[in-house]
Amino acid sequence: MCRALVSDDETDQGATDDAFDVLEYIARKRLARRKLTVIDATNVQQDARKNVLKLAKENDCFAVAIVLNLPESVCQERNKGRENRNFGSHVIRRQKQLLRRSIGNLKREGFRHVFILDDEKTIESVRINRTKLWTDRSEEHGPFDIIGDIHGCFDELIELFEKLGYDINRTAGDDMNIVVTPPHGRKAIFLGDLVDRGPKSPAVLNLVMNMVEADHAICVPGNHDVKLAKKLDGRNVKIAYGLAETLEQLEKQPPEFSQKCKEFITGLVSHFILDAGKLVVSHAGMKASYQGRSSGRVREFALYGDTTGETDEYGLPVRYEWANDYRGEAHVIYGHTPVGEAEWINRTMNIDTGCVFGGRLTALRYPEKELVSVDAHREYYESIKPFKTEDLEALGDDNHNQSNAQMATPRPAASAGLLSLSREGDLLDLDDVFGKRRIEIKYVPGTKNIITIKEENAAAALETISRFAIDPKWLIYLPPTMSPCETSRANLEGDGTAESIGGFLERPEEAFEYYSSREVFDVVCQEKHMGSRAVVIVCASKEAAAKRFSTSYDGAGVVYTRTGRRFFTEDDLEREFIEAVQEALGKSDFWKRFDTDWVALDCELMPWSKKARDLLRDQYAHTGAAARASLGMANKELALASARGLEINELVERFSEKEKLCNLYVEAYQRYCWDVKSLKDLKLAPFHILATEGRCHFDRDHLWHMAEIEKINSAGGDLFQATACIKLDISREDEVRRGAQWWEQLTGTSTLFKEGIVVKPLNFLARHKGNLIQPAIKCRGREYLRIIYGPEYTQKENLERLRNRGLSRKRALAMREFTLGMEALESFVRHEPLYKVHECVFGTLALESEPVDPRL
Amino acid sequence: MLLTIENTRKGEDARELGYLLQKHPDRLQSFELAFGQCHIFYPEASNERCRAALLLEIDPVKLVRGSGGKSKGDAPLAQYVNDRPYVASSLMSVALGKVFRSAMNGQCKDMPQLAETALPLTIELSAVPVKGGEPFLQAVFEPLGYEVEAERLPLDERFSEWGESRLFQIRLKTDAKLKDVLNHLYVLIPVLDREKHYYVGAEEIEKLLRRGEQWLKDHPLSQVIATRYLRNKKSLAALALERLAESENEKQNGDEGESGTANDATAQNTAGTEKSVGQEEALEKKLSLNEVRMDTVVERLKDLGVRRVADLGCGEGKLLSRLVHDFFFQEIVGMDVSIRSLEIAERRLKLDRMPERKAQRLKLLHGSLMYRDSRLNNFDAATCIEVIEHLDVPRLNAFEKVVFGQARPSYVLITTPNREYNKLFESLEEGRFRHSDHRFEWSRAEFRSWSKDICQRFGYSVDYFDVGTADPELGPPTQMGVFCRGD
Repeated sequence: MCRALVSDDETDQGATDDAFDVLEYIARKRLARRKLTVIDATNVQQDARKNVLKLAKENDCFAVAIVLNLPESVCQERNKGRENRNFGSHVIRRQKQLLRRSIGNLKREGFRHVFILDDEKTIESVRINRTKLWTDRSEEHGPFDIIGDIHGCFDELIELFEKLGYDINRTAGDDMNIVVTPPHGRKAIFLGDLVDRGPKSPAVLNLVMNMVEADHAICVPGNHDVKLAKKLDGRNVKIAYGLAETLEQLEKQPPEFSQKCKEFITGLVSHFILDAGKLVVSHAGMKASYQGRSSGRVREFALYGDTTGETDEYGLPVRYEWANDYRGEAHVIYGHTPVGEAEWINRTMNIDTGCVFGGRLTALRYPEKELVSVDAHREYYESIKPFKTEDLEALGDDNHNQSNAQMATPRPAASAGLLSLSREGDLLDLDDVFGKRRIEIKYVPGTKNIITIKEENAAAALETISRFAIDPKWLIYLPPTMSPCETSRANLEGDGTAESIGGFLERPEEAFEYYSSREVFDVVCQEKHMGSRAVVIVCASKEAAAKRFSTSYDGAGVVYTRTGRRFFTEDDLEREFIEAVQEALGKSDFWKRFDTDWVALDCELMPWSKKARDLLRDQYAHTGAAARASLGMANKELALASARGLEINELVERFSEKEKLCNLYVEAYQRYCWDVKSLKDLKLAPFHILATEGRCHFDRDHLWHMAEIEKINSAGGDLFQATACIKLDISREDEVRRGAQWWEQLTGTSTLFKEGIVVKPLNFLARHKGNLIQPAIKCRGREYLRIIYGPEYTQKENLERLRNRGLSRKRALAMREFTLGMEALESFVRHEPLYKVHECVFGTLALESEPVDPRL
Repeated sequence: MLLTIENTRKGEDARELGYLLQKHPDRLQSFELAFGQCHIFYPEASNERCRAALLLEIDPVKLVRGSGGKSKGDAPLAQYVNDRPYVASSLMSVALGKVFRSAMNGQCKDMPQLAETALPLTIELSAVPVKGGEPFLQAVFEPLGYEVEAERLPLDERFSEWGESRLFQIRLKTDAKLKDVLNHLYVLIPVLDREKHYYVGAEEIEKLLRRGEQWLKDHPLSQVIATRYLRNKKSLAALALERLAESENEKQNGDEGESGTANDATAQNTAGTEKSVGQEEALEKKLSLNEVRMDTVVERLKDLGVRRVADLGCGEGKLLSRLVHDFFFQEIVGMDVSIRSLEIAERRLKLDRMPERKAQRLKLLHGSLMYRDSRLNNFDAATCIEVIEHLDVPRLNAFEKVVFGQARPSYVLITTPNREYNKLFESLEEGRFRHSDHRFEWSRAEFRSWSKDICQRFGYSVDYFDVGTADPELGPPTQMGVFCRGD
């Protein structure tokens, strides 16, 4: 087939080499996707097989040979029946000879299993049964208690088990006879390095072996365990790094015990895949491409982690922080290198907290993802290397670990002295955002599960984010765009409330209709403030900020714009602002009520002129100034001409109308502007409590949001601006009318002239036929729209043309951005890796670069 | 959008203006234009004083939707709330060309000699945006014999802190032939605000030549006028000037300046940057600091024996062009976050016309120093020329990790302004940065302290070099750190 692919002729022997290249390429792609890959070729020459074996090895999988060893006569016979294969019988004879010579060597060449089928009958009756790999225990779903490096710290292990609620039976009174039983359904997982350095390695081994035997535990080997087994097997190993202590302790046990230990350790499998592939456990970690694979280097990785091949100034191997690059879906729990705090880095967690060095013994409960640990009773062993926190900092650890640095416990450094260069799980990779993206949506039900971002949009977002956005660690959400209602169908001449100035482009009836036609009748209408969108993240304290957002920025919160830019350029003002919000939250008892020490709020921040001053000056005021001057002068000249008796009345009227409209336009933008000299001049209108620790609040209805926000507003005083809100049942005509009147009052009354209203389904997320529908539809005021559509948009001939506007692009975009925003927040509250959150935020910004009529 | 022309010739009937314009003083006349209408009427038409008014009534909806009648939908919002309907702009020139064509060509059926007679004329324009303000107006009109009165229009009385407008009401007085005046206005109105409403193409040159052939080449600002008329398209402008004055040997600057890097998504964000185009260069021009900077960097790279270089934040490729022409360098990568800059770099480097073997050595990458990027691994050296000061201080952290922690080239060359030296830039206000996109500018001590910290954390050592002639007290205009990885 490959031959035909490259040459259009499947018998073209000259295309053989190219054909094999293609074959290899396909095989490689399949193997990378973990597909069973069968290479059906004569493969009678060793060279040909060598390539196949190399392919298997590169992908860390087993090669299995199935040999069809049929008599030559059968082959000759069959060949005759095939077209275009008249190459003479000597070819087949030769192949048969080669095969005969090969058969005995197949195992030695590297095939894991060899099956030889000698006759037609066998071949017809043979069945292929696939057995799963030893590492695959994905059918076990836990719950598990995963325990880090024990190193002979038996007493701490027992204490940890007690804390985890395991039953400890001490009746035999001896460490070697304690029986530990997990609570119903749970299982312990030991991450290896059971032995060495600590005081009671045999007791640990004994307990682990018993628990594994009772199917109460799973164990993977650590490098120390493997070395011990080698020694017990009589091989020559260097007695160092605490092995001497273990051997000494084993001396006190009967020789059968050592034998048993040796067999146990030798039989351990490098790593396991559990819980339907969602959990991977191994001693020193496992990168995504090695998970569930099996080869020498996979085993090496499991035991020693990723090393760069270099050595450090202490002559110890330099470890590569594979976790920084980890982008796999499975959670990888491992130990091997002591860390001060167990923490998530890209869905991986090292839970070796250096018990034997005087740290702690830690367990991770899964799927709860809770850490449970006990302190070491003492320091049993001193590391070769000094391991004070400040030394580690100097070695390239950064702010990422600042929160750890503040803890009283010193950070023990490398166990076998391995040096960690730096943990940079917070450093994003270009591959996380670049090029055409397909973002998987996991947490937003009722949406398409993939959102595609075009390459050119991603490129635009890359520039914006890189040049202007705040630290991505704060950037956990970008607000979506919002669609306006359909163009109003109200009579162009107006309906009495505005007869003197013509018709409407937007009215709330169409917004209501959007929802009622989708069988959503409970809606809320919220006043839409005219300022700038602001996402406000505030923490209870600077320490809480450093801990949850682990950024180098030293404030207790941030305020950023809808494109992720820092809202304030003045440091002092920003600090005062955050403190004021913090105070309001504190006074309203928010932290306690929400059991959180941070909150993300979606808000409008006024005045508009604070953020949009340049736009106002260069565009809005500029246009207004030009219009007033020109129309003023034109009307003067027209008046003169009219006075001369020229027939010019129509023109005079039209231009005086224009002047009136331009004055209205100037008033329209001026309304949303005032000078900001200090915090006192700002107004913040929160309208949505996005998320707090552990949860998003998309599942609460808008009245809940408004009520909670009202508590903050009233505690916060002058800075806060209330948001008017009414609830309607739009299945009733009088309610629809009430909504429309409310809108008219807000937007058309000269003392108010609000921007408009936003109509939302009462429940934040509304679905129609299983699909999410627009979470909000805006309906802007007639005067406000002058600054969007131009001063003269209300003139009949203009309005008529402007009514023709397409909303579908805008709505599709609003939907996708909303979904991405939710996904980002949901990922954040679930402590998903930074790159997952950032991918969504980046996606939102990329979508914003799509060409859509900006007036919508 | 309102233009008046007043004739006050003594001893004659001022209403002769009507013959010249071929528009009757006692009638309103209206014409359809692609973008609306224009009306001609005479507010005054006595024997002593006759004033014609050209009133443009621009259709704002049509203007945006264009000739296709359908909104393209991707213009920035600014385009919809737009000064065009209310100012004198190129639309005014289009109207002039249409309704006063014969007057502009010097034709006057009934009184041919009148077209060749200088008249005492006063021209008024209701509102014109003028880049360069009154001095520019004077420089443009006075050499042509006009007396210029310009009154700056108030921007917004309620918000004086927004500053002044760039709009002027203009009155021009002259004794000249009407056709000359109209031709002046035709060319110069669009020049004042530098915006043109339609595509600038080769046919624009023809128009400029036709309306400007009599007077433009002797005008002291001819080059500026041509450039601005052709909306800053230098290559077109150069062509036009060449054809205007074959023998003149004007010095052409092929440079496009640091052009804006905005795209739609960032237009709002970069508005500030755009305005300061060339600002920094102008400031540093006397030293031709950029040249010195590039010389210094290339020299260092060669001293270090570096053959594979990644220029991070390559911008429009100034350093790249030196590297690519020097075969000492075997592999060159230029990376920038701005696609627009990369496009300009590609055009300037003329990669498509370069011999393949030469061009192969150079690759341009779109990328960001805020993200780890495996494409940057395994280079002998990375250069970051005037880059770090464009990063927010809290984000330097990511830059450090990407360059020193992940890419880890043997050498890293970083240049950045020395803030101390700013005192010597006379035109730079105290406390201001050299470029509006600079997020910080460091003193020598600050740069060194940052560099030291990098060395400690990432295992590098550093040497410092001056770029440009150092002031004995304030140091060099630009400072350079050459970081060397210690293995």
